[in-house]
Amino acid sequence: MKVMAQMSMVMNLDKCIGCHTCSVTCKQAWTNRTGMEYVWFNNVETRPGLGYPRTYQDQDRWKGGWKLKKNGRLTLRAGGRWRKLATIFSNPLMPSIQDYYEPWTYEYDMLLNAPQGQHTPVAKPKSLLTGDDMAITWSANWDDDLGGSTKTMQQDPVLQHMSEHVATELEKTFMFYLPRICEHCLNPACVASCPSGAMYKRAEDGIVLVDQDRCRGWRMCVTGCPYKKVYFNHKTGKAEKCTLCYPRIEVGLPTVCSETCVGRLRYLGLVLYDADRVGTAAATESETDLYAAQRSILLDPHDPQVVAQARRDGIPEDWIAAAQASPIWKLISEYEVALPLHPEYRTLPMVWYIPPLSPVVDVVASSGNDGEDGRTLFAAISQLRIPLEYLAGLFTAGDTGPVEKVLRRLAAMRASMREVNLGNELPEEVAAAVGMTGQQVRDMYRLLAIAKYEERYVIPAAHTEVAADLEEMACSLDFEGGPGMGGGGPFGSTSGVPTPVAVENFHALAARQTADRPSTPGRVNLLNWDGNGNPDGLFPPHTDGAAEHAEPSDDAGPQEGGPR
Amino acid sequence: MDVNVGQILLWGALPYVSFAVFVVGLVWRYRYDKFGWTTRSSELYERRLLRLGSPLFHFGLLFVFLGHVAGLVIPKSWTRAVGISQEAYHLGATYIGSLAALALVAGLVILIYRRRTTGAVFKATTRNDKTMYVFLAAVILAGTYATVRTQLLGGHGGYDYRETISPWFRSLWVLHPRVELMTSIPAAFAVHIVLASLLFCLWPFTRLVHAFSAPVTYPLRPYVVYRSRDERLGSRAPRRGWERTK
Repeated sequence: MKVMAQMSMVMNLDKCIGCHTCSVTCKQAWTNRTGMEYVWFNNVETRPGLGYPRTYQDQDRWKGGWKLKKNGRLTLRAGGRWRKLATIFSNPLMPSIQDYYEPWTYEYDMLLNAPQGQHTPVAKPKSLLTGDDMAITWSANWDDDLGGSTKTMQQDPVLQHMSEHVATELEKTFMFYLPRICEHCLNPACVASCPSGAMYKRAEDGIVLVDQDRCRGWRMCVTGCPYKKVYFNHKTGKAEKCTLCYPRIEVGLPTVCSETCVGRLRYLGLVLYDADRVGTAAATESETDLYAAQRSILLDPHDPQVVAQARRDGIPEDWIAAAQASPIWKLISEYEVALPLHPEYRTLPMVWYIPPLSPVVDVVASSGNDGEDGRTLFAAISQLRIPLEYLAGLFTAGDTGPVEKVLRRLAAMRASMREVNLGNELPEEVAAAVGMTGQQVRDMYRLLAIAKYEERYVIPAAHTEVAADLEEMACSLDFEGGPGMGGGGPFGSTSGVPTPVAVENFHALAARQTADRPSTPGRVNLLNWDGNGNPDGLFPPHTDGAAEHAEPSDDAGPQEGGPR
Repeated sequence: MDVNVGQILLWGALPYVSFAVFVVGLVWRYRYDKFGWTTRSSELYERRLLRLGSPLFHFGLLFVFLGHVAGLVIPKSWTRAVGISQEAYHLGATYIGSLAALALVAGLVILIYRRRTTGAVFKATTRNDKTMYVFLAAVILAGTYATVRTQLLGGHGGYDYRETISPWFRSLWVLHPRVELMTSIPAAFAVHIVLASLLFCLWPFTRLVHAFSAPVTYPLRPYVVYRSRDERLGSRAPRRGWERTK
């Protein structure tokens, strides 16, 4: 057993209202640059729908993820190492910009500067790739809220695996939103696909990153990722992907998408897993067993043996504590309501989802029945095969068993908590019917419905205690464009040293902003010092200790490094 | 054979200048501009023509490279010692080389056509790229012309560059350039060699550097790479004299 920690996310789909705030804030934070116009580290898809890029789930076509060889070993579905090298001059399985969408802007200038004329000036759409006029035919959210889906929905790869009568009926009964980020898989196919070795999984927290200095633009990662969450920056010629906002995570802050989520449906926390069994779990023979296999390698952080091994493997004490308080572990293994997205890709994804019950409730309520009644809901879940099969196609490789179990638990919680709200006792028999206790139902309700910031995001800071005391080290003066502006290197704006992400600066800033004292202890800002007195930290402490604080500064005014 | 100053400069000095710029340039570029070291693929914009042109060009180039190694590095006496006659060598080199050149030129034409006619690809083409393309195409076309002119159409036996150009090339590496061998080579070869020297000067400063990141070690490493968080403070290595004290 080798214990490793993984920063993971769970999203509660019942609460997603499809507002795209996560996508927009993520884009503002990370991808609002030339070359990244079409890139959405976070996107929200309407399901059923085509997804982004279109039909990315169709692995017969895109060949992402892993497959089992006849001898039971794993290989990349798009072909192993030698095949990668043989196709390196032109990757036949890479989506082109048309599979995403051609980015565009509008000729806003015309609205202001058009000469006076008979007609109102219009801002024509202009391609950001060619600069020419273009007709907008697709974008990242073209089938949002099932818009135009009568034309396109039949191409949904998940639907295509279901029976036909279901597919035609589905639109009438069922719709939900699926926010997606990088899965930060335990067995990442993108990392395995990278010929340069530029992509890596961080040993400390399992975040999958692209080393921008080592990426050579071979684009195999784009093919390898079955979720199509590695993107090619067409300006710099390098791959970029969701970083799980690692500069924020390292200082204990949630990702931008989580922080700004209006429905508060995202949960962040650590899970411990057994790194030695990753390969075995991913090579489980039956696709429908992969969900159970992945759960089996997640380790119980309360198990003394696991804790002891975690300590031996160098996981810090506060990280073990964070793993024990992790909402992720609770949702996956205690309440068993979170499911992985497409476990059949064999990448062991670590962003999990609580499937939505609300479509079922809507159907029950619209048929005139009581949508909050336990028995009615249970019956509806068993009867409404359409949502069940579709959700199973997303989360359990088609096995409706686990999905049904989750929905029954959510229904039981719903029915039980209504009784409580009506002033009645919590009905233990409803909880027992789904294999839970009343207390568990209450706890789960609390976590899903009213958990506060610190309960939803249990993120231990990275271990940079040394760095925490630092002032900002330096600013980026490297190139033209001035301090921190990045600017162009010797071969245009995409060369030279990339604008640094100063994690430690951020950490230092956060520490300073949340500190009780006005400034970093032991530091003096000489610009604010009026010359009176002898502030702490101006001179090294006296070795005898007695003379310390002998002369407290007597000056007035709120100055840094002043009286303490 | 008399050797004039121009010939000394061309065959005794230019190769060394070119090699120095090439090596120093590559080292400098690697140290200074790892972020800019990429293939700068345009496959995202256009796939159909690239699917045809790029493998043609690159595989053709690989064979042409191997041909150059065989012709320039391996002395005539060695091939004769293993029983390959000059006629057999000539036939092999000419026909394999011509096929490779055909693939190379066809690929180049397709790629340049694609670059010019696909709007997004053309817009992403920098001045640096265009300059590089001029030299690259000139070297390839001059080399192909030299092969066709002197080997295919040059009558029986063609031109035996292994008596002149190859020994000269090897003499460069022992720092004793035999300039006199180059005084009477066909003009087509001379143009090809001079243009190639200039291309090598340009190489480190263009996207051609991606040739040196051929991922030859990929089959040797485990699939999944783990790396530890960088413990360095700040995002850059501190300047000399500004390192943190423990």
